Amino acid sequence: MLEIKNLHVRIAEDETEILKGLDLTVKAGEVAAIMGPNGAGKSTLSYVLAGKEDYEVTEGEILFNGENILDMEVDERAASGVFLAFQYPMEIPGVATMNFLKAAMNAQRKARDEAEYTTPEFIKKVKAASADLSIDFNMLKRALNVGFSGGEKKRAEILQMALLEPTLCVLDETDSGLDIDALKIVSDGVNALRDPERAFLVITHYQRLLDHIVPDTVHVLYNGRIIKTGDKSLALHLEENGYADIIAAAA
Amino acid sequence: MQKTQAEEALGMELPTRRVESFHYTDLRTMLREIPDNASGSTGGNYAPLVDTHLLSFNDGKLADDQVLPKGVTLSTDVAKATSSDINDAIVGMNAVTSGDAISLVIEGNATMEKPLGLGHFSSNESRNACYHKVLIKAGSEAQVISRHTSKDGVASLANTVTEIELEKDAVANWFVIQQESISANRLARINVSLAENAKLNLFILNAGGKLVRQEVKVDVAGEGAHVDIKGVNLIGDDAHIDVTTVLDHNVPNTTANELFRNVVAGNGHGVFQGQIKVAQIAQKTDAQMACNTLLLTDDGDFSAKPELEIFADDVLCAHGATVTDIDDDHLFYLRARGIKEKTARGLLIKAFVDEVVEEIGVSEELEEAFIGIIDSWLDKNA
Ligand SMILES: Nc1ncnc2c1ncn2[C@@H]1O[C@H](COP(=O)(O)OP(=O)(O)O)[C@@H](O)[C@H]1O
Ligand SMILES: [Mg+2]
Repeated sequence: MLEIKNLHVRIAEDETEILKGLDLTVKAGEVAAIMGPNGAGKSTLSYVLAGKEDYEVTEGEILFNGENILDMEVDERAASGVFLAFQYPMEIPGVATMNFLKAAMNAQRKARDEAEYTTPEFIKKVKAASADLSIDFNMLKRALNVGFSGGEKKRAEILQMALLEPTLCVLDETDSGLDIDALKIVSDGVNALRDPERAFLVITHYQRLLDHIVPDTVHVLYNGRIIKTGDKSLALHLEENGYADIIAAAA
Repeated sequence: MQKTQAEEALGMELPTRRVESFHYTDLRTMLREIPDNASGSTGGNYAPLVDTHLLSFNDGKLADDQVLPKGVTLSTDVAKATSSDINDAIVGMNAVTSGDAISLVIEGNATMEKPLGLGHFSSNESRNACYHKVLIKAGSEAQVISRHTSKDGVASLANTVTEIELEKDAVANWFVIQQESISANRLARINVSLAENAKLNLFILNAGGKLVRQEVKVDVAGEGAHVDIKGVNLIGDDAHIDVTTVLDHNVPNTTANELFRNVVAGNGHGVFQGQIKVAQIAQKTDAQMACNTLLLTDDGDFSAKPELEIFADDVLCAHGATVTDIDDDHLFYLRARGIKEKTARGLLIKAFVDEVVEEIGVSEELEEAFIGIIDSWLDKNA
């Protein structure tokens, strides 16, 4: 489903290279965990997948269902099924969350030549999805992410994911800022979306998220490359021993 | 200096940029030529925005089909104000231009259900000037929509001077809705005086016009008085829109809050001058002023000049002015959810100005009407 080949990425502004020949393949239905120390380039990878303009791809390609998404606009990627749950969701003053959700859902449906939701259909869907994530419906009448707690922001990201039904879900440190209860709610939300047609890229620092969202594969990202790939036992190994031996072995 | 055609016609001197309060709006240069005094409508009448108790002024003439609610008394036996001070040029011009003068006395709350409408319409390339003198009696609350329109494509020059006196505990909810044609010019002054515990809630929406100058002067003269001014300036095409406010705090314990949000598109030029003066005896004044601009084009600009003149020592006064483009990160977030760039920009621009409208706290009908004006402007210009 997702094939990243020899991806080199630099920061457009100062030309610092962050990703230095990254290779990664994720199959439909797979949950792939990406782990790695701070500054390894995990968020950069997620932004490049979504199409943020601050990053410049100098080499390599990203194929999503066989298509090179590097040629696609940000919104086209989203409509084709790419979703990024942000590490730091933006606060957007003045844009009511409900209006935003409706605009996003209908924009994607329109792009896929599907009928737009009517208001009652839309509200019904949002009510059901927010109840599943223990999100107070009233919170969604407020401006997008404005004044939401850290945990509420992360839950709102998963709500968007549930409503937009993407086929490639990239979760960037969705566990950070969540207490144990919220972690459980969010993980259940993610697990409910697991599907043979849907792949997940779960970026995290901590094994604890992977106790809830059990990955099929675990990849270690260090200094802009995947330096080791394994199964879920690799995450446990990292939890106990840190990155040092793996980094040393790769050097 | 040789007189311009306008100065000849008006029999007065117009301010140049050397007059400090006209630094960004050189009236003499921008209005070298002005049309003749209006001699009646040549087609078309004022069309209201919402249902109001309406007084309509077509090319400066009060239409005589008014039905006013109980508690509102109209008189046409009024003399216009005048001034020979160059800083009051707009008042001076008003006095020597044809157009009706009225006075209104408002008592009780009769206009809170259905607002009073002062609707203006210019039908042709001529000049007209209305004068409104309004007294809001002690403890009364008034709601007034002063709206300014013109026939599409006419180069009219409209002038409105409004004097509002609020007695003790009176409240004015005053909305200035300016939707002149993009070829029409408009000069306006609002003078307000507030007695003890009186409240002015003023909302200004500029969504049209070529050369527009809206001056607001508030004399905060009663303890406990509060001034709230909110505004949205939508500046596109070749428009030059200037909002100049002066708040004079002359007694202790008064508060003021001023917030403008501006959008500049096309070749628009915007100006905000906000002066807050606090007299030496006006201790405990709390006055806040903010002016935020979204500049969507390299061909437009916005000049903001906040000015504090404070002679008391125990006051809270602050001002902030920003000029920014749309936040790229905000745009990215919306687009990453599948929203097309143009739509996403529209959502963000709209959010930026709608916030102000939502904060004025009016009826749903009025809020929708105001937002409707903003939406159609954004559709055309942003
Ligand atoms: N927009 C940016 N501008 C400057 N430096 C950046 C930018 N984005 C990322 N970096 C730098 O790139 C490196 C990788 O960052 P990031 O992808 O956020 O790592 P991770 O998510 O793995 O912690 C870091 O050194 C970070 O400071
Ligand atoms: Mg990160």
